[in-house]
Amino acid sequence: MTADVLVVGASAGGLAVAEGLRRHGFTGTITLLEREREPPYDRPPLSKQVLDGRWPPERAQLRTGAELDALGADLRLGAEAAALDVPGHRLTLRDGTVLGYRTLVLATGLHARRLPGRPPVAGAYTLRSLGDSARLRAGLLAARRVVVVGAGVLGCEIAATARGLGREVTVVEPAAHPLLGLLGPALGAELAALHTEHGVRLLTDTPATGLTGEAGRVTGVRTASGAVLPADAVVVAVGGRPATDWLAGSGLTLDDGVVCDDRCRAAPDVYAVGDVARFGAGPGTRGVRLENRTNATEQGLYVAAELLGAARGPYRPVPYVWTDQFGTRIQVHGTVPAGAAVRIAEGSLRERKFVAHAVTGGRLVGVVGWNSPGRLRTARALLTAVAPAPAPPSTTATTPTTTLTGDP
Amino acid sequence: MSAPQEGATLEIAVDEDRCVAAGHCVVAAPEIFDQREEDGVVVLLDPRPPATAQDTVREAALLCPAAVIRVLRAPS
Ligand SMILES: Cc1cc2nc3c(=O)[nH]c(=O)nc-3n(C[C@H](O)[C@H](O)[C@H](O)COP(=O)(O)OP(=O)(O)OC[C@H]3O[C@@H](n4cnc5c(N)ncnc54)[C@H](O)[C@@H]3O)c2cc1C
Repeated sequence: MTADVLVVGASAGGLAVAEGLRRHGFTGTITLLEREREPPYDRPPLSKQVLDGRWPPERAQLRTGAELDALGADLRLGAEAAALDVPGHRLTLRDGTVLGYRTLVLATGLHARRLPGRPPVAGAYTLRSLGDSARLRAGLLAARRVVVVGAGVLGCEIAATARGLGREVTVVEPAAHPLLGLLGPALGAELAALHTEHGVRLLTDTPATGLTGEAGRVTGVRTASGAVLPADAVVVAVGGRPATDWLAGSGLTLDDGVVCDDRCRAAPDVYAVGDVARFGAGPGTRGVRLENRTNATEQGLYVAAELLGAARGPYRPVPYVWTDQFGTRIQVHGTVPAGAAVRIAEGSLRERKFVAHAVTGGRLVGVVGWNSPGRLRTARALLTAVAPAPAPPSTTATTPTTTLTGDP
Repeated sequence: MSAPQEGATLEIAVDEDRCVAAGHCVVAAPEIFDQREEDGVVVLLDPRPPATAQDTVREAALLCPAAVIRVLRAPS
């Protein structure tokens, strides 16, 4: 069997490729491979509404059955890609099935990273999938003391949710502020205050070195100073690594992601989108890899257009990330690079409702909204006009990657 | 897709509770979507827009990072 377009990974990015192709009138065959058995679902609710119990897990589904049917794609659940032959245009599944393709799109996302050298033990959790979310929820409900390792978006959201469930929560983070990569130090300090006020014990400048356990059950987290923070449940939220293990030996260039040019092309007839794609790589630049929900969709739609000759130029998104913690909605358009000047453009820190601008070299590079979503759209337009890119060369110089999960 | 409808209007719905206030829908189709001032949640200005809006509405539905917008019925 040969698919005109074969997409590996049927989550936000992979689905956007298929939907984008159909929207442009593409009538060829599309096959979507998904390792998981669940129909395509969304990840942001997994640390928010699904984890705190407001939503039943099914609500995280991205599309209804009827919408998936209308897509006219061969969606194969429980189908894991295991090997790729780029020149032969052939892909082999874990169960040995061989599939041919004309064009391949890689949308495999990330695996949650674990602490080095420690096998998984009972009571220790990572969060990436719907199943992870259910396990973590059960673990949080059963625990009294929770330690979250890592104060990136994921760690901070999980801490807030666990607090909302009434747990004693400690967060350990090697950097000086939570969400440093996303917000910079000044706004990171604001977020720290928010957590502390809600009763989270936030230990910054505190690298975790490993877990302690007894009889196969986690008992705590060891920090670099040798101290042990006791815990009944530990959440390891230290970022993700691109799901590219199966591509080793395929001949594709792998460098913390699938390396692509500025049109998201990794090799002839091979493209990558979403969290797994390091795009805009070229002489002298490593390219950029974004880990956010909006990019997965935008890049998927871009590649669909590019495949049909309808893309208007290279892929140059303005990154956008949102996060919800303790009822505070934080939205970041663009980036807040290390050393950027951050000033409040509207509202005030005191009210906890503001729009902040990040400026580097006289250029507006980021707009942060804090409980101000209604006012942000116009700011984004400003940013789009002024800084139409994380132009790979300059961006990589200041911010290697806008990592959502803020791998510390 | 469903059969052609009388007057060839679209029918769309939004699930406000899912909305993450990104505002992408308003950029894609400002005549159909707006955002509440206080929390940025989507406001559906026209749940049955004319068929000519189909393209921008679909664009908005695809771009939405929280799968909030559903096209319930379309003329084609
Ligand atoms: C808990 C959580 C909360 C988040 N919250 C936010 C947020 O608030 N805001 C925000 O902007 N972003 C958020 N994100 C990030 C956002 O969800 C991701 O950027 C987005 O999911 C990326 O989409 P993707 O399609 O590239 O990858 P993924 O969503 O990771 O999907 C990849 C898919 O590929 C499948 N796959 C992997 N390998 C194979 C294989 N070999 N064969 C077949 N299938 C395979 C996987 O099973 C998976 O379904 C969050 C992420 C998580 C995990």
